[in-house]
Amino acid sequence: MRKYIVKRVIAAVLTMWVLITAVFFLVRLMPGDPFQNPKMTEEVRANLESYYGFDKPLIVQYGVYMKNLLQGDFGYSMKFTNKTVNTIIGETFPFSADLGIRALVLAISMGLVLGIISARNRGKKLDFFCVVIAVLGTSIPDFIMGAILQYGFGIKWGLLPVAQYNGIKYTILPACALAFYTLASVSRIMRASMLEVSQQDYIKTARSKGVSEMRITVKHQIRNAIMPVMTVMGPTVASVLTGTFVIESIFAIPGMGKYYVESVSNNDYSMVLGMTIFYGVFLIFCNLVVDILYGVADPRVRIGER
Amino acid sequence: MAELNKESFVIRGKDTTRMESISRPSLSFWSDAWRRLRKNRSAFIGLCIIILYAIMAIFAPMFSQYTQSQMDVNARNAFISSAHWLGTDSTGRDLWVRIWMGARVSLSIGLIAAVVNMCVGAVIGGLCGFYGGKLDMIVMRIVDLLYGIPSLIITILVVMVLGKGIAPLIVAMCVVGWIGTCRFVRGEVYRIKEQDFVLAARVLGVPNFTIILKHMIPNILGMLVTNLCMAIPGAIFQEAFLSYIGLGITPPNCSWGVICKEGIQYLRYSPHQVLIPAFFVCTTMLALNLLGNGLRDAVDPRLRGTE
Repeated sequence: MRKYIVKRVIAAVLTMWVLITAVFFLVRLMPGDPFQNPKMTEEVRANLESYYGFDKPLIVQYGVYMKNLLQGDFGYSMKFTNKTVNTIIGETFPFSADLGIRALVLAISMGLVLGIISARNRGKKLDFFCVVIAVLGTSIPDFIMGAILQYGFGIKWGLLPVAQYNGIKYTILPACALAFYTLASVSRIMRASMLEVSQQDYIKTARSKGVSEMRITVKHQIRNAIMPVMTVMGPTVASVLTGTFVIESIFAIPGMGKYYVESVSNNDYSMVLGMTIFYGVFLIFCNLVVDILYGVADPRVRIGER
Repeated sequence: MAELNKESFVIRGKDTTRMESISRPSLSFWSDAWRRLRKNRSAFIGLCIIILYAIMAIFAPMFSQYTQSQMDVNARNAFISSAHWLGTDSTGRDLWVRIWMGARVSLSIGLIAAVVNMCVGAVIGGLCGFYGGKLDMIVMRIVDLLYGIPSLIITILVVMVLGKGIAPLIVAMCVVGWIGTCRFVRGEVYRIKEQDFVLAARVLGVPNFTIILKHMIPNILGMLVTNLCMAIPGAIFQEAFLSYIGLGITPPNCSWGVICKEGIQYLRYSPHQVLIPAFFVCTTMLALNLLGNGLRDAVDPRLRGTE
């Protein structure tokens, strides 16, 4: 077990390093520069460049950046003057995290429930209904879902607030819009996995021993069927996270995704760099946790690794 | 009692010499799959929708009096009418033409990106799976590394480096897009390599090239086509997402993502500007998903109804 964890951690750290290095150099290759201002004199420009360290050779910049990064310092933003990237992330991340966690909890719990109901009633009307929801969910991009929900519940019927993020009522629409796609894919995987498990011998054994259907489903089927859902948790977190980019801009939520999109169009090197690395490292960390949990839950994974 | 002997009996109406001959043309794998696909109503509807959209994307803009960037100042934000079949947007551009021009871009990006990803992934994955050894180890390390990095972040960065437009978008999608197919094909090749018919071919002295051509490819092709069909909505989705956050298609070109993005600002007063392109995006994705499911069942009937 320890060997498995160590192997995973090393792989994750290596991936983080490759990501950071790739992002660092890719950002420098980007056309345009952050100081595009016709009023700026050559002198001011040179000062600015030396202030941010752009006059030094690239490899030195890389060394300095890595050193600061190891101390948890992402540097200064170039557009939002006098703010460090750390402050901006600190201010905006709580909104994104709040929205993301709500969406994830909603998506996973509802997805599992739908998948289970669907598999238990295979071939009946209820199953058909759940499958239709799942297919619809995977066919509607999240920004369209956001727009539809905003129009229907916010504007047309006026049931829920249209935008902003000031209380529990405000979170419902964006969280639903964000969760729908994930909900659908979780329910599809859960359904398939439940059906596969239901053909296993131990289910037959339990049934022939006279165990009640309810108990079979809860004790045997769900426990085994939930495994494949766990493997997709990493990509799921990633898709919810990238979903926040558009959902936040549709619902005017002051989260990280909105800032990220803005800094992309502003050519704000240090912001893009810092936020990309933050997102990337966060996701790699989530993947690592999922991997380790998976190894804990299913011993076959640790041994049977090819 | 009359004597019965063999000579007095003749078999009539049955030609023993031709009993073993095959009287109907045998069904090839693809005609069999096509027959199963046709029976699957939802998949067939999906196929029809895709073909319809493709035809409309090619021909509809040619027969309209408007062009995609032509502005009708007297009819801004107009609702559906006889002059503008699907209404106009905030600058008075005809949505009917824009939708089909956008369909050209969205559908072709989806198709090209998915096909390129599939080819690259299949070749690399196939080589790794077939030859194994050092090559396999090195490539798989790289693949694992890339797999750990969230793909959208890489895509966004590559678009930022290459600039906006259709070609950079496709390139950016392909930088990491092939990994999924690569892993899948490698796994399949590994599985098939161990099976008896490959061993038999090998024992009979069939060269590697023929084994790949005659045994490997036909066995994987069905799943690969299904994967391709499932990958197209993913690519369309990604293009729409990138265009939506302002990193995709630039004017005068437009795509469905761009039209949605432009329309969403006017959601309150003229919702048709979002809802109409949204309808086309969603039906396309739905059709492709249904077709993909149907194809999967058609090429591998064992999987029917499990997902």
